[in-house]
Amino acid sequence: MIDFAALKRDRRAALAATAGLGVLLALAPFLIGAAAGATWLRILDFALLYIMLALGLNIVVGFAGLLDMGYIAFYGVGAYLYALLASPHFGLHWPVWAILPTGALVAGLFGVLLGAPTLRLRGDYLAIVTLGFGEIIRIFLNNLNAPINITNGPQGISGIDPIHFGSVSLAKPIDIFGFSLPSLHAYYYLFLLLALGIVFVTIRLENSRIGRAWVAIREDEIAAKACGINTRNIKLLAFAMGASFGGVAGGLFAGFQAFVSPESFSLMESVMVLCMVVLGGMGNIFGVILGGALLTILPEVFRHSAGPVQQAIFGKVLLDPEALRMLLFGLALIVVMLYRPAGLWPSTRRRQEFKGSAA
Amino acid sequence: MDIFIQQVINGLVLGSIYALVALGYTMVYGIMGLINFAHGEVVMIGAMVALTVISMLSDSGLPGIVIALIGLGAALPVCMGTGFAIERIAYRPLRRAPKLAPLITAIGVSIVLQNLAMLIWGRNYHAFPPILPTSEHEIFGATITGLQIAIIVIAALMMAGLILLVQRTKLGRAMRATAENPPIAQLMGVDINRVISLTFVIGSALAAVAGLMVSANYSIAHYYMGFILGLKAFTAAVLGGIGNIAGAMLGGILLGLIESLGAGYIGDLTGGFLGSHYQDVFAFFVLICVLVFRPSGLVGEKVAERA
Repeated sequence: MIDFAALKRDRRAALAATAGLGVLLALAPFLIGAAAGATWLRILDFALLYIMLALGLNIVVGFAGLLDMGYIAFYGVGAYLYALLASPHFGLHWPVWAILPTGALVAGLFGVLLGAPTLRLRGDYLAIVTLGFGEIIRIFLNNLNAPINITNGPQGISGIDPIHFGSVSLAKPIDIFGFSLPSLHAYYYLFLLLALGIVFVTIRLENSRIGRAWVAIREDEIAAKACGINTRNIKLLAFAMGASFGGVAGGLFAGFQAFVSPESFSLMESVMVLCMVVLGGMGNIFGVILGGALLTILPEVFRHSAGPVQQAIFGKVLLDPEALRMLLFGLALIVVMLYRPAGLWPSTRRRQEFKGSAA
Repeated sequence: MDIFIQQVINGLVLGSIYALVALGYTMVYGIMGLINFAHGEVVMIGAMVALTVISMLSDSGLPGIVIALIGLGAALPVCMGTGFAIERIAYRPLRRAPKLAPLITAIGVSIVLQNLAMLIWGRNYHAFPPILPTSEHEIFGATITGLQIAIIVIAALMMAGLILLVQRTKLGRAMRATAENPPIAQLMGVDINRVISLTFVIGSALAAVAGLMVSANYSIAHYYMGFILGLKAFTAAVLGGIGNIAGAMLGGILLGLIESLGAGYIGDLTGGFLGSHYQDVFAFFVLICVLVFRPSGLVGEKVAERA
């Protein structure tokens, strides 16, 4: 795709490319807002949230090779924590800077809680246990409105405080030196900042002792153990790390939506995030970002075109646009995987592996 | 006590259906090491096709049993064809690919089938016409319907047939050889492509029967029913030890019993704190406990850690 090797050799080109990307990311909300309107700006904000989620799951699945199919539970934990600590439901109104770290911590604890009993499990057994764990969390969120009302059950919690810093609320246009920054733009910059933070942490982790230990466990757990890696702690760390990223994203989601309900944390969501990781290119941070962006935007493109295109061709809407959109999405998943089984943008190591096994 | 017996009966009926579906998962997993995520949708398609045919014939005056059999006769080939096509399109090209790639295509197939069903049959629930005779029998103070007896008996017969097929026939031997080691099986003259295709077809046939059973038992069918049913059946297969046929049957029956007993007694056990809507929590909790102590399922062979 992009010739990274050349960029590495030429520092000035690298600098220019980074600057270009920076300008593009900074201007993106204005360009998209002007070209496509607020709907797509909102989708862009969601894409950033999903990218954070996908990066978190990538640590567990991509780096450490632990197939987690209940990942959305941590997103849910983060979101509900925000909802409980900053809404009229309990009358608590904690500030954001206190909630997000708490959310990361609590989600991380849940990650350890899930990881600890599953250390001995491998592959598909791990998949089904994590899946069960995700469902258990969702069912509890759905039913903990009696005997004590904690989560408000299926109705969810509404009226959540928007993300705000002091008196500056991101839900309203922000005045900066006489220039008004709309809410969706402000959220975009906040999410972008945090997403970049997560990207930075992930890149640093990947090239650290811990990151190499994860890869070693993924490749061969017994050999990793023999090399002196404390596989138990390192695996738990992967779960906790991935979960805490999910928790942060969940908190942001709750503040952004101002509403949470158990419906947002179904198994299908876990599956979607997993698809982002695998389809983008497991283990490669840029691939995962691509996967996250693509799988958030693609269904929306289908949503906005499924009805009108039929209208234009047949003069009326013949097929249920909602079903048609998911049908096309499913087909896209199949086709991409058939033609690029290692993902759209695989990590160098996986690309080599795949070549090796295909030969 | 009669409540207990009643729950056991309900659990056995549910468990028989889970077991039939779980067999589809476990056969495919045993042979290819792949979770056939789309299997639940095959069950759904079986239920929908059977229900459509049965609804069309419900006024024809034919006896109920005959109509049900015609419905099944329509569902079987459709499901078998679907299973065959799934393997050909979504799994065969990826047999040498990284392990998660077929998982994603499976999810894709599942989404496609679900939405295809939604386009064909709409979003509404379809009621199963009351064509089957409703006779009730008393056992130890609990009631069991003729339909429930039929479900348990038919499921048992099909499972027995499957065991005979796998243990006694030439195809069964080829299946076991392929499960053991595909390249070596191929060297011994087994056409593994054919064996794998047939595995999918057989699993899908079981799914068609299970689909008819579910929709008849609950008098309802819906385009989304395959998802949760598949999830439960897969859980059952893992509970028993995935890849193991006897394990899938045991896991299915056990999961059915756990669910219905759990739903019946969870309120008493927790002093009314948790109600019957926690029945799924109960099922998954048992699953996690079993796997923590027996990481390869109840009757799964202990897989040697790779050297």
